[in-house]
Amino acid sequence: MFGFSFRQRKPSSAQTAKERLQILLAHERSSGGSNPDFLPLLQRDILEVVRRHMEIDGDAVDVKLERSDDLSSLEINIELPYAKPLKARTAS
Amino acid sequence: MSKVIVVTSGKGGVGKTTSSAAIGAGLAMRGHKTVVIDFDVGLRNLDMIMGCERRVVFDFINVIQGDAKLKQALIKDRRLENLHVLPTSQTRDKDALTKEGVKAVLDELREEFDYIVCDSPAGIERGAHLAMYYADEAVVVTNPEVSSVRDSDRVLGLLNSKSALAEKGDGSAVKAQLLLTRFDQNRSANGEMMSVEDVLEILAIPLLGIIPESTSVLKASNEGTPVSLDERSPAGKAYIDAVGRLVGEQIEMRINPGEQRRGFFQRLLGRTA
Repeated sequence: MFGFSFRQRKPSSAQTAKERLQILLAHERSSGGSNPDFLPLLQRDILEVVRRHMEIDGDAVDVKLERSDDLSSLEINIELPYAKPLKARTAS
Repeated sequence: MSKVIVVTSGKGGVGKTTSSAAIGAGLAMRGHKTVVIDFDVGLRNLDMIMGCERRVVFDFINVIQGDAKLKQALIKDRRLENLHVLPTSQTRDKDALTKEGVKAVLDELREEFDYIVCDSPAGIERGAHLAMYYADEAVVVTNPEVSSVRDSDRVLGLLNSKSALAEKGDGSAVKAQLLLTRFDQNRSANGEMMSVEDVLEILAIPLLGIIPESTSVLKASNEGTPVSLDERSPAGKAYIDAVGRLVGEQIEMRINPGEQRRGFFQRLLGRTA
Protein backbone atom coordinates (compact mmCIF):
# COMPACT_ATOMS: atom_id res chain seq x y z
CA MET A 1 0.00 0.00 0.00
CA PHE A 2 2.86 2.37 0.71
CA GLY A 3 5.10 1.35 -2.11
CA PHE A 4 6.41 -1.93 -0.81
CA SER A 5 4.94 -5.37 -0.68
CA PHE A 6 5.64 -8.42 1.38
CA ARG A 7 7.91 -10.80 -0.45
CA GLN A 8 5.99 -13.79 -1.62
CA ARG A 9 7.27 -17.30 -1.15
CA LYS A 10 6.43 -18.18 -4.70
CA PRO A 11 8.39 -16.05 -7.19
CA SER A 12 6.22 -13.49 -8.94
CA SER A 13 5.53 -14.01 -12.61
CA ALA A 14 7.59 -10.91 -13.37
CA GLN A 15 10.54 -12.52 -11.59
CA THR A 16 9.99 -15.70 -13.60
CA ALA A 17 9.93 -13.67 -16.81
CA LYS A 18 13.18 -11.91 -15.94
CA GLU A 19 14.96 -15.14 -15.12
CA ARG A 20 13.75 -16.86 -18.28
CA LEU A 21 14.99 -13.95 -20.37
CA GLN A 22 18.33 -13.80 -18.61
CA ILE A 23 19.00 -17.46 -19.27
CA LEU A 24 17.88 -17.32 -22.88
CA LEU A 25 19.64 -14.09 -23.77
CA ALA A 26 22.88 -15.18 -22.13
CA HIS A 27 22.90 -18.10 -24.55
CA GLU A 28 21.87 -16.09 -27.57
CA ARG A 29 24.37 -13.30 -26.96
CA SER A 30 27.32 -15.53 -26.24
CA SER A 31 26.83 -17.28 -29.54
CA GLY A 32 26.67 -14.00 -31.42
CA GLY A 33 23.18 -14.78 -32.57
CA SER A 34 24.24 -17.80 -34.55
CA ASN A 35 23.56 -20.29 -31.85
CA PRO A 36 22.31 -23.76 -32.65
CA ASP A 37 23.22 -23.61 -36.30
CA PHE A 38 26.14 -25.88 -35.63
CA LEU A 39 23.76 -28.61 -34.60
CA PRO A 40 22.86 -29.80 -38.10
CA LEU A 41 26.57 -29.94 -38.88
CA LEU A 42 27.29 -31.76 -35.65
CA GLN A 43 24.59 -34.24 -36.45
CA ARG A 44 25.96 -34.77 -39.93
CA ASP A 45 29.46 -35.31 -38.57
CA ILE A 46 28.27 -37.80 -35.97
CA LEU A 47 26.39 -39.75 -38.60
CA GLU A 48 29.45 -39.78 -40.80
CA VAL A 49 31.70 -41.07 -38.04
CA VAL A 50 29.29 -43.79 -36.97
CA ARG A 51 28.76 -44.80 -40.57
CA ARG A 52 32.46 -45.52 -40.92
CA HIS A 53 31.87 -48.44 -38.64
CA MET A 54 28.34 -49.55 -39.27
CA GLU A 55 25.32 -48.85 -41.37
CA ILE A 56 22.78 -46.61 -39.71
CA ASP A 57 19.75 -44.78 -40.91
CA GLY A 58 19.70 -40.99 -41.40
CA ASP A 59 16.77 -40.84 -38.98
CA ALA A 60 18.64 -42.71 -36.29
CA VAL A 61 20.21 -39.70 -34.60
CA ASP A 62 18.16 -37.77 -32.10
CA VAL A 63 19.60 -34.59 -30.58
CA LYS A 64 18.07 -33.01 -27.50
CA LEU A 65 19.12 -29.79 -25.82
CA GLU A 66 18.27 -28.45 -22.38
CA ARG A 67 19.52 -25.03 -21.34
CA SER A 68 19.77 -23.79 -17.81
CA ASP A 69 21.60 -21.01 -15.96
CA ASP A 70 25.15 -22.20 -15.95
CA LEU A 71 25.03 -25.42 -17.89
CA SER A 72 23.46 -26.79 -21.01
CA SER A 73 23.15 -30.44 -21.73
CA LEU A 74 23.20 -31.91 -25.17
CA GLU A 75 21.79 -35.38 -25.37
CA ILE A 76 22.50 -37.41 -28.44
CA ASN A 77 20.70 -40.65 -29.04
CA ILE A 78 21.85 -42.93 -31.81
CA GLU A 79 19.74 -45.88 -32.65
CA LEU A 80 21.94 -48.74 -33.67
CA PRO A 81 20.43 -51.46 -35.81
CA TYR A 82 22.12 -54.46 -34.20
CA ALA A 83 22.78 -53.28 -30.70
CA LYS A 84 21.07 -51.57 -27.83
CA PRO A 85 20.68 -47.81 -28.37
CA LEU A 86 23.79 -45.96 -27.37
CA LYS A 87 23.35 -42.94 -25.13
CA ALA A 88 25.96 -40.22 -24.90
CA ARG A 89 25.76 -37.14 -22.78
CA THR A 90 28.06 -34.15 -23.11
CA ALA A 91 27.99 -30.76 -21.55
CA SER A 92 28.68 -27.73 -23.65
CA MET B 1 -9.10 -34.46 -41.91
CA SER B 2 -6.46 -32.09 -40.71
CA LYS B 3 -6.88 -28.36 -40.83
CA VAL B 4 -4.31 -25.63 -41.32
CA ILE B 5 -5.28 -22.48 -39.44
CA VAL B 6 -3.33 -19.25 -39.80
CA VAL B 7 -3.36 -16.73 -36.97
CA THR B 8 -2.72 -13.40 -38.62
CA SER B 9 -3.36 -9.67 -38.24
CA GLY B 10 -1.12 -7.48 -40.33
CA LYS B 11 -0.39 -5.20 -37.41
CA GLY B 12 2.15 -6.21 -34.79
CA GLY B 13 1.54 -6.46 -31.08
CA VAL B 14 -2.15 -7.27 -31.27
CA GLY B 15 -1.77 -10.78 -29.82
CA LYS B 16 -1.03 -13.20 -32.65
CA THR B 17 1.49 -15.28 -30.76
CA THR B 18 -0.52 -15.19 -27.53
CA SER B 19 -3.56 -16.30 -29.52
CA SER B 20 -1.66 -18.99 -31.43
CA ALA B 21 -0.40 -20.47 -28.16
CA ALA B 22 -3.80 -20.21 -26.48
CA ILE B 23 -5.67 -21.71 -29.44
CA GLY B 24 -3.11 -24.49 -29.88
CA ALA B 25 -3.34 -25.38 -26.20
CA GLY B 26 -7.14 -25.14 -26.30
CA LEU B 27 -7.33 -27.56 -29.22
CA ALA B 28 -4.94 -29.97 -27.50
CA MET B 29 -6.99 -29.80 -24.28
CA ARG B 30 -9.94 -31.01 -26.33
CA GLY B 31 -7.92 -34.02 -27.40
CA HIS B 32 -6.98 -32.86 -30.88
CA LYS B 33 -3.43 -33.53 -31.92
CA THR B 34 -2.12 -30.04 -32.54
CA VAL B 35 1.08 -28.38 -33.68
CA VAL B 36 1.78 -24.65 -33.55
CA ILE B 37 4.33 -23.36 -36.07
CA ASP B 38 6.28 -20.12 -35.69
CA PHE B 39 6.56 -18.37 -39.07
CA ASP B 40 8.34 -15.29 -37.70
CA VAL B 41 11.79 -16.18 -39.01
CA GLY B 42 14.58 -14.27 -37.30
CA LEU B 43 12.37 -13.09 -34.44
CA ARG B 44 11.46 -16.34 -32.75
CA ASN B 45 9.04 -15.85 -29.87
CA LEU B 46 6.42 -18.58 -29.88
CA ASP B 47 8.87 -20.78 -27.97
CA MET B 48 9.02 -18.22 -25.14
CA ILE B 49 5.26 -17.77 -24.98
CA MET B 50 4.81 -21.55 -24.85
CA GLY B 51 7.64 -22.02 -22.37
CA CYS B 52 9.84 -24.36 -24.42
CA GLU B 53 12.61 -21.87 -25.29
CA ARG B 54 15.29 -23.90 -23.54
CA ARG B 55 14.54 -27.00 -25.53
CA VAL B 56 14.89 -25.74 -29.09
CA VAL B 57 17.39 -27.83 -31.02
CA PHE B 58 16.32 -27.81 -34.64
CA ASP B 59 13.83 -25.50 -36.27
CA PHE B 60 11.41 -25.08 -39.14
CA ILE B 61 14.15 -23.74 -41.42
CA ASN B 62 16.45 -26.70 -40.65
CA VAL B 63 13.61 -28.98 -41.71
CA ILE B 64 12.88 -27.02 -44.89
CA GLN B 65 16.56 -27.07 -45.83
CA GLY B 66 16.89 -30.77 -45.11
CA ASP B 67 19.28 -30.34 -42.17
CA ALA B 68 16.92 -32.07 -39.76
CA LYS B 69 13.96 -34.37 -39.85
CA LEU B 70 10.60 -33.00 -38.87
CA LYS B 71 10.29 -35.21 -35.81
CA GLN B 72 13.64 -33.92 -34.55
CA ALA B 73 12.45 -30.33 -34.72
CA LEU B 74 9.03 -30.85 -33.13
CA ILE B 75 8.97 -30.04 -29.42
CA LYS B 76 6.42 -31.90 -27.37
CA ASP B 77 4.68 -29.81 -24.74
CA ARG B 78 5.28 -31.00 -21.19
CA ARG B 79 1.81 -30.08 -19.96
CA LEU B 80 -0.42 -31.26 -22.77
CA GLU B 81 0.00 -34.64 -24.40
CA ASN B 82 -1.39 -33.55 -27.77
CA LEU B 83 0.45 -30.26 -28.12
CA HIS B 84 3.60 -29.73 -30.17
CA VAL B 85 5.62 -26.69 -31.18
CA LEU B 86 7.64 -26.22 -34.34
CA PRO B 87 9.95 -23.29 -33.55
CA THR B 88 11.41 -21.05 -36.18
CA SER B 89 15.00 -20.00 -36.70
CA GLN B 90 16.39 -17.13 -34.69
CA THR B 91 19.36 -16.67 -37.00
CA ARG B 92 18.16 -16.82 -40.58
CA ASP B 93 16.08 -14.30 -42.45
CA LYS B 94 12.64 -14.68 -43.93
CA ASP B 95 14.07 -15.57 -47.34
CA ALA B 96 14.91 -18.97 -45.92
CA LEU B 97 11.22 -19.80 -46.24
CA THR B 98 10.19 -21.16 -49.60
CA LYS B 99 6.75 -21.99 -50.90
CA GLU B 100 7.79 -25.53 -51.77
CA GLY B 101 9.53 -26.03 -48.43
CA VAL B 102 6.55 -24.81 -46.45
CA LYS B 103 4.23 -27.01 -48.48
CA ALA B 104 6.37 -30.09 -47.92
CA VAL B 105 6.46 -29.54 -44.15
CA LEU B 106 2.72 -28.84 -43.94
CA ASP B 107 1.94 -31.94 -46.03
CA GLU B 108 3.99 -34.06 -43.67
CA LEU B 109 2.35 -32.49 -40.62
CA ARG B 110 -1.10 -33.06 -42.09
CA GLU B 111 -0.48 -36.78 -41.95
CA GLU B 112 0.02 -36.73 -38.20
CA PHE B 113 -1.87 -33.76 -36.77
CA ASP B 114 -5.53 -32.79 -36.58
CA TYR B 115 -4.78 -29.08 -36.37
CA ILE B 116 -1.81 -27.11 -37.65
CA VAL B 117 -1.79 -23.57 -36.24
CA CYS B 118 0.46 -21.16 -38.15
CA ASP B 119 1.59 -18.17 -36.09
CA SER B 120 2.12 -15.45 -38.68
CA PRO B 121 4.64 -12.65 -38.34
CA ALA B 122 3.37 -9.07 -38.48
CA GLY B 123 3.39 -7.33 -41.81
CA ILE B 124 2.46 -8.64 -45.23
CA GLU B 125 5.82 -9.77 -46.45
CA ARG B 126 7.14 -13.20 -47.23
CA GLY B 127 6.74 -14.79 -43.79
CA ALA B 128 3.19 -13.54 -43.38
CA HIS B 129 2.33 -14.49 -46.95
CA LEU B 130 3.63 -18.04 -46.57
CA ALA B 131 1.96 -18.45 -43.17
CA MET B 132 -1.42 -17.79 -44.77
CA TYR B 133 -0.79 -19.29 -48.20
CA TYR B 134 -1.73 -22.90 -47.45
CA ALA B 135 -4.35 -22.15 -44.79
CA ASP B 136 -7.80 -23.67 -44.77
CA GLU B 137 -8.98 -21.22 -42.15
CA ALA B 138 -7.79 -17.91 -40.75
CA VAL B 139 -8.11 -16.36 -37.33
CA VAL B 140 -7.75 -12.62 -37.83
CA VAL B 141 -6.59 -11.10 -34.56
CA THR B 142 -7.74 -7.50 -34.22
CA ASN B 143 -7.71 -4.88 -31.48
CA PRO B 144 -10.60 -2.42 -31.37
CA GLU B 145 -8.33 0.33 -32.60
CA VAL B 146 -8.14 2.06 -35.99
CA SER B 147 -4.76 0.90 -37.28
CA SER B 148 -5.39 -2.70 -36.25
CA VAL B 149 -8.80 -2.81 -37.98
CA ARG B 150 -7.35 -1.23 -41.10
CA ASP B 151 -4.49 -3.74 -41.25
CA SER B 152 -6.89 -6.64 -40.64
CA ASP B 153 -8.95 -5.47 -43.60
CA ARG B 154 -5.82 -5.50 -45.72
CA VAL B 155 -4.98 -9.01 -44.56
CA LEU B 156 -8.51 -10.20 -45.37
CA GLY B 157 -7.98 -8.89 -48.89
CA LEU B 158 -4.77 -10.91 -49.19
CA LEU B 159 -6.46 -14.05 -47.87
CA ASN B 160 -9.08 -13.64 -50.57
CA SER B 161 -6.60 -13.16 -53.38
CA LYS B 162 -3.18 -14.58 -52.52
CA SER B 163 -3.86 -17.89 -50.82
CA ALA B 164 -3.63 -21.32 -52.41
CA LEU B 165 -7.40 -21.80 -52.01
CA ALA B 166 -8.19 -18.44 -53.61
CA GLU B 167 -5.78 -19.13 -56.48
CA LYS B 168 -7.64 -22.32 -57.35
CA GLY B 169 -10.22 -20.02 -58.90
CA ASP B 170 -13.10 -22.41 -58.29
CA GLY B 171 -14.74 -20.28 -55.65
CA SER B 172 -12.82 -21.86 -52.76
CA ALA B 173 -11.84 -19.44 -50.03
CA VAL B 174 -10.03 -19.39 -46.74
CA LYS B 175 -12.63 -19.31 -43.98
CA ALA B 176 -11.70 -16.19 -42.02
CA GLN B 177 -13.02 -15.37 -38.56
CA LEU B 178 -12.42 -12.42 -36.29
CA LEU B 179 -10.81 -12.70 -32.89
CA LEU B 180 -11.21 -9.39 -31.13
CA THR B 181 -8.49 -9.07 -28.49
CA ARG B 182 -7.72 -6.58 -25.72
CA PHE B 183 -11.36 -5.60 -25.61
CA ASP B 184 -12.46 -3.42 -22.69
CA GLN B 185 -16.21 -3.49 -22.17
CA ASN B 186 -16.23 -0.45 -19.89
CA ARG B 187 -14.32 1.75 -22.29
CA SER B 188 -16.47 0.56 -25.15
CA ALA B 189 -19.64 1.32 -23.17
CA ASN B 190 -18.27 4.80 -22.46
CA GLY B 191 -17.67 5.37 -26.13
CA GLU B 192 -13.88 5.46 -25.74
CA MET B 193 -13.38 2.26 -27.70
CA MET B 194 -15.10 0.86 -30.78
CA SER B 195 -17.74 -1.70 -29.95
CA VAL B 196 -17.74 -5.31 -31.12
CA GLU B 197 -20.54 -4.40 -33.52
CA ASP B 198 -18.53 -1.49 -34.91
CA VAL B 199 -15.58 -3.73 -35.77
CA LEU B 200 -17.81 -6.46 -37.17
CA GLU B 201 -19.64 -3.97 -39.33
CA ILE B 202 -16.39 -2.77 -40.85
CA LEU B 203 -14.66 -6.10 -41.37
CA ALA B 204 -17.81 -8.10 -42.17
CA ILE B 205 -16.53 -11.54 -41.15
CA PRO B 206 -17.92 -13.95 -38.54
CA LEU B 207 -16.88 -13.40 -34.94
CA LEU B 208 -14.84 -16.20 -33.40
CA GLY B 209 -14.41 -14.66 -29.97
CA ILE B 210 -13.89 -11.62 -27.81
CA ILE B 211 -10.84 -11.70 -25.58
CA PRO B 212 -11.07 -9.16 -22.78
CA GLU B 213 -8.09 -7.06 -21.79
CA SER B 214 -6.79 -9.09 -18.88
CA THR B 215 -3.87 -9.07 -16.50
CA SER B 216 -3.64 -12.85 -16.90
CA VAL B 217 -2.23 -12.47 -20.43
CA LEU B 218 0.99 -10.83 -19.23
CA LYS B 219 1.24 -13.28 -16.35
CA ALA B 220 0.90 -16.19 -18.79
CA SER B 221 3.60 -14.81 -21.06
CA ASN B 222 5.88 -14.12 -18.09
CA GLU B 223 5.58 -17.76 -17.12
CA GLY B 224 5.59 -19.28 -20.59
CA THR B 225 2.15 -20.80 -20.24
CA PRO B 226 -0.56 -20.54 -22.89
CA VAL B 227 -3.25 -18.35 -21.31
CA SER B 228 -6.00 -20.85 -22.11
CA LEU B 229 -4.45 -23.12 -19.46
CA ASP B 230 -5.45 -20.48 -16.90
CA GLU B 231 -9.07 -21.50 -16.91
CA ARG B 232 -9.99 -19.11 -14.14
CA SER B 233 -8.90 -15.99 -15.97
CA PRO B 234 -11.39 -14.08 -18.14
CA ALA B 235 -9.01 -14.23 -21.11
CA GLY B 236 -8.39 -17.96 -20.62
CA LYS B 237 -12.12 -18.64 -20.57
CA ALA B 238 -12.68 -16.48 -23.62
CA TYR B 239 -10.00 -18.41 -25.54
CA ILE B 240 -11.51 -21.73 -24.50
CA ASP B 241 -14.89 -20.55 -25.82
CA ALA B 242 -13.28 -19.34 -29.05
CA VAL B 243 -11.62 -22.73 -29.57
CA GLY B 244 -15.01 -24.41 -29.07
CA ARG B 245 -16.42 -22.25 -31.85
CA LEU B 246 -13.38 -22.92 -34.00
CA VAL B 247 -14.13 -26.65 -33.93
CA GLY B 248 -17.74 -25.96 -34.81
CA GLU B 249 -19.57 -25.79 -31.50
CA GLN B 250 -22.30 -23.27 -30.87
CA ILE B 251 -21.19 -21.30 -27.84
CA GLU B 252 -22.92 -18.16 -26.74
CA MET B 253 -20.77 -15.04 -27.13
CA ARG B 254 -20.06 -13.63 -23.70
CA ILE B 255 -18.37 -10.33 -23.25
CA ASN B 256 -15.79 -10.50 -20.51
CA PRO B 257 -16.78 -13.96 -19.30
CA GLY B 258 -16.14 -14.55 -15.65
CA GLU B 259 -15.72 -10.91 -14.79
CA GLN B 260 -16.77 -10.39 -11.24
CA ARG B 261 -18.60 -7.45 -9.86
CA ARG B 262 -16.12 -5.26 -8.13
CA GLY B 263 -16.57 -5.06 -4.41
CA PHE B 264 -17.04 -1.93 -2.41
CA PHE B 265 -13.38 -1.56 -1.55
CA GLN B 266 -12.19 -2.12 -5.08
CA ARG B 267 -14.60 0.51 -6.29
CA LEU B 268 -13.49 2.84 -3.56
CA LEU B 269 -9.89 2.36 -4.60
CA GLY B 270 -10.79 2.96 -8.20
CA ARG B 271 -8.80 0.76 -10.50
CA THR B 272 -9.42 -2.78 -11.63
CA ALA B 273 -6.82 -5.20 -10.43
